Amino acid sequence: MTSPIIIATDLVKQYPGVRAVDGIDLSIPKGICFGLLGPNGAGKTTTIEILEGIHLPTSGSVLYKGEPLGTRYREEVGIQFQHTALQEFLTVRETLELFEQLYQQTMPIPELIELCSLADILERDTRKISGGQRQRLLLALALINDPDLIFLDEPTTGLDPQARRNFWELVKLVKSRAKTIVLTTHYMEEAYALCDEIAIMDKGRIVSRGTPAQLLSEHFGDVVLQIPNADSGDRLGELGLNAVQAGDMLEIRTNRLHHTLQQLMENGINLDRLRIRAWTLEDLFINVTGKKLST
Amino acid sequence: MKKFLAVLHARNMEFLRDRSALAWNLAMPFMLVIGLAFTFSGSNKEIYKIGVVGGNEKLHSAAPTLQSTKYIQFIPYDDLDAAIGKVKHHQMDMLIDVSSAPKYWINSSSPNGYLLERIIWGAEGKRFERQTVEGAEIRYVDWFLPGILGMNMMFACLFGVGFVIVRYRKNGFLKRLKATPLGAFQFLFAQLVSRLLLIMVITAIVYAGCNLFIGFNMQGSYWTLLFVTALGAMSMISIGLLIAAHTASEELAGGMLNIVTWPMMLLSGAWFSLEGAQVWVQKVALVFPLTHLISATRAIMNEGATLSQVMPHVWVLALTSAIFIAIGAYVFKWE
Repeated sequence: MTSPIIIATDLVKQYPGVRAVDGIDLSIPKGICFGLLGPNGAGKTTTIEILEGIHLPTSGSVLYKGEPLGTRYREEVGIQFQHTALQEFLTVRETLELFEQLYQQTMPIPELIELCSLADILERDTRKISGGQRQRLLLALALINDPDLIFLDEPTTGLDPQARRNFWELVKLVKSRAKTIVLTTHYMEEAYALCDEIAIMDKGRIVSRGTPAQLLSEHFGDVVLQIPNADSGDRLGELGLNAVQAGDMLEIRTNRLHHTLQQLMENGINLDRLRIRAWTLEDLFINVTGKKLST
Repeated sequence: MKKFLAVLHARNMEFLRDRSALAWNLAMPFMLVIGLAFTFSGSNKEIYKIGVVGGNEKLHSAAPTLQSTKYIQFIPYDDLDAAIGKVKHHQMDMLIDVSSAPKYWINSSSPNGYLLERIIWGAEGKRFERQTVEGAEIRYVDWFLPGILGMNMMFACLFGVGFVIVRYRKNGFLKRLKATPLGAFQFLFAQLVSRLLLIMVITAIVYAGCNLFIGFNMQGSYWTLLFVTALGAMSMISIGLLIAAHTASEELAGGMLNIVTWPMMLLSGAWFSLEGAQVWVQKVALVFPLTHLISATRAIMNEGATLSQVMPHVWVLALTSAIFIAIGAYVFKWE
């Protein structure tokens, strides 16, 4: 296992009447994409902003490459905030040049332009670019100092599905350069596609952590069979299966797939439209926090 | 240094490309100066001003009925030379000195002085010794120009810096900058220098443009005027920085900026002279940088004051700038 690039120990952030972060320990290995997930109010934004060095914790410590956060950290970290504004009346090129001047070491701008596909919009006013183009520019700004550690805070919120998928490809490209990425997202599909490891937060604590596959197998030893209500017939209720209504489908959870299928066939249930669904991170999230994700 | 220059350049570009704001910054002082020049071009003063050195009680014993004459305002003075200077430039119609043998000064080319002299001659009491001074009249436009330009600078500096920083904080741009190695002082200093450069260029353009139409009185050195104006602008920018150092609310910042600008606008002598106002009002007015800026620039332009003569104002402007910038940088919050 590679050595951790950032380590947080017993982080606490106390606001009047609210403990937003309640004793979090985190260690993120170099070169992975780490996803921090949680429902609204779970404390993930506060946690990530402490890790970014934007806020100080009430207690606890954060070490980057074994050192407390300081000037070196500012030089070596890249951050893409969820909500941010840029200097107005500047073009994309001028915005890149402005941020380039703020760092000692930078990635060559032409390389950055190519990496983030900004060539077509270089001379455009930053106020007049689309949501997807804006996110690519913000990612370019987060990468401008060629950082070892990159924070992406809900980078695809508000993007259409195509733009979101394009952005994922971009993140995968960045990841392939051995960068460490800390990602927060509301999209479980995104976490599954990009993250090597995830942590789920609730009420200021980390309630589950591991690779997506590990967590799914730990929490769900079974599969879900989906049968349209119209095909389920009257006798299904008498079979003693673990079945719940989910819209116009009946969902049956089972860890004995073969046996359950046989049982259904023997009882004349129409299986022509049967679907077997694997558990997703969204199911895991609900299972762990008891809450649905809200975007 | 390169961080400072990058932020300075970006802010300059932002200002210069915002054409509506730029046009307004140029048009507003032009309109004010030209408009007021036409409005007050006639000599329609209804109140005569007599400066008094030596105190009103002595004046009363020297000329018992004079002070009850209607339409004459008596203004106490301690500094005889400064008061004579006012008569010289027609800023005061007559000066009476009763600290020793009663004397009066009038400007030999002033019609108002001529009329007041007739009143003195007809008044009961001691005989006043006549003194005359020579000097061209300072037109009202020459008197109010430093006030108008100073006031325009005040608004441009305070609101131009204060609101911009609050907007940056509110929309998250400052938070984005906080995530970089840029320091608070570098950021604030870039804002200060950017606004200072732009306001000096705009003020110079407005001055030169209006001068083509009106032809201002300029007795002193342009370099001294430039130096004092830059210092005054810096002082007011630093107030804007201080107000914007902490808040993310445009409403609160607007309220605070108004609290600062309104008293300055009314009491700094931009629109009317505070001579003859209550002493405490004159003392309160000295708190405001705009008062010192206007007093110093009027002295340079209308009386030919040198840098050493306006040094007390220069010190106040320099000290207020240093204090407000230091406090602003100390309490500055990125978020």
